[in-house]
Amino acid sequence: MPRLSVWMIRAALTHLGIGFLFGGLMLANKGVPFEPSLWRLLPVHIDLLLIGWLLQLAMGVAFWIAPRFSDRPRYGRAWLVWAAFILLNSGVLLNAWGDWSGTPVATFIGWCCILSAGLCFVIHLVPRIKPLAIT
Amino acid sequence: MPVLARYTIKTALVHLALALVIGLALAAQSVFQLPAFIATLRPVFLHLLIVGWLTQLIFGVATWMFPKYSKEQPRGNPQLGWTVYLLLNLGLILRAIGEPLIVLQPGSIGGPSLVISALLQVTAGWLFIITIWPRVKER
Ligand code: HEM
Repeated sequence: MPRLSVWMIRAALTHLGIGFLFGGLMLANKGVPFEPSLWRLLPVHIDLLLIGWLLQLAMGVAFWIAPRFSDRPRYGRAWLVWAAFILLNSGVLLNAWGDWSGTPVATFIGWCCILSAGLCFVIHLVPRIKPLAIT
Repeated sequence: MPVLARYTIKTALVHLALALVIGLALAAQSVFQLPAFIATLRPVFLHLLIVGWLTQLIFGVATWMFPKYSKEQPRGNPQLGWTVYLLLNLGLILRAIGEPLIVLQPGSIGGPSLVISALLQVTAGWLFIITIWPRVKER
């Protein structure tokens, strides 16, 4: 597994841990209400788990297992995926903070970061979707 | 494919089927004037699909294919793996029962069952992270 995948998958696992915790708090509060403000965690829960966990995990695994090139650099333009990694995590954090604090500008900038992360990743991956033998 | 991964992936498929049936019931509710309680199953539908199917499928495939933990214990501590499997699925079943119950019979065991469901699922998620973390490594 390349180092960048290690970073992405570990970051995804971190989002999973926090996202599940927030989901658990809301679910417990739904069963036996104890803190109404916990419902404000809902959009944060969704951001962390859909983007931070599922999307990031898929990117980390795809960078690892998609066919490589026989010439160096074997993983293609990895800098694009490093950019995606930084943009995606900054985007999720900005989004979560914007949703939590009611700052729509932060949520908007967060989504711009997530979109850019997606684009960087797509541009990186397209040339790697190829038969194994062709360089 | 190790036994734990097989159980996990097959159980994920069961969640997928259940989720799709509930999704159909949700869509059919207004068309055929089905009982109103079906609408309470919306979060159950979503979470069976995203946690029971997608996330559990990922847990199973990661257990199977991620770099080995060690020669002696290629997939890490097997007891922890089985604990994750049991807690996650018990948690999801309790949620599927508790969500409609808190609406149909407020004050019943539905409320506490959601609390227990939350504890089980969060513990399962964290135990999975603990078991898989050392296997996320450069080879
Ligand atoms: C990959 C994992 C997960 C994802 C992607 C996810 C996603 C979502 C989404 C999209 C919603 C909004 C549902 C709606 O609008 O009706 C939601 C709501 C919720 N989630 Fe999750 N979820 C995940 C895991 C969990 C877990 C593990 C728990 C509990 C332990 C949980 C507890 C909740 C609760 C309590 C709600 C609010 C339900 C309501 O509206 O009554 N989620 N989640």
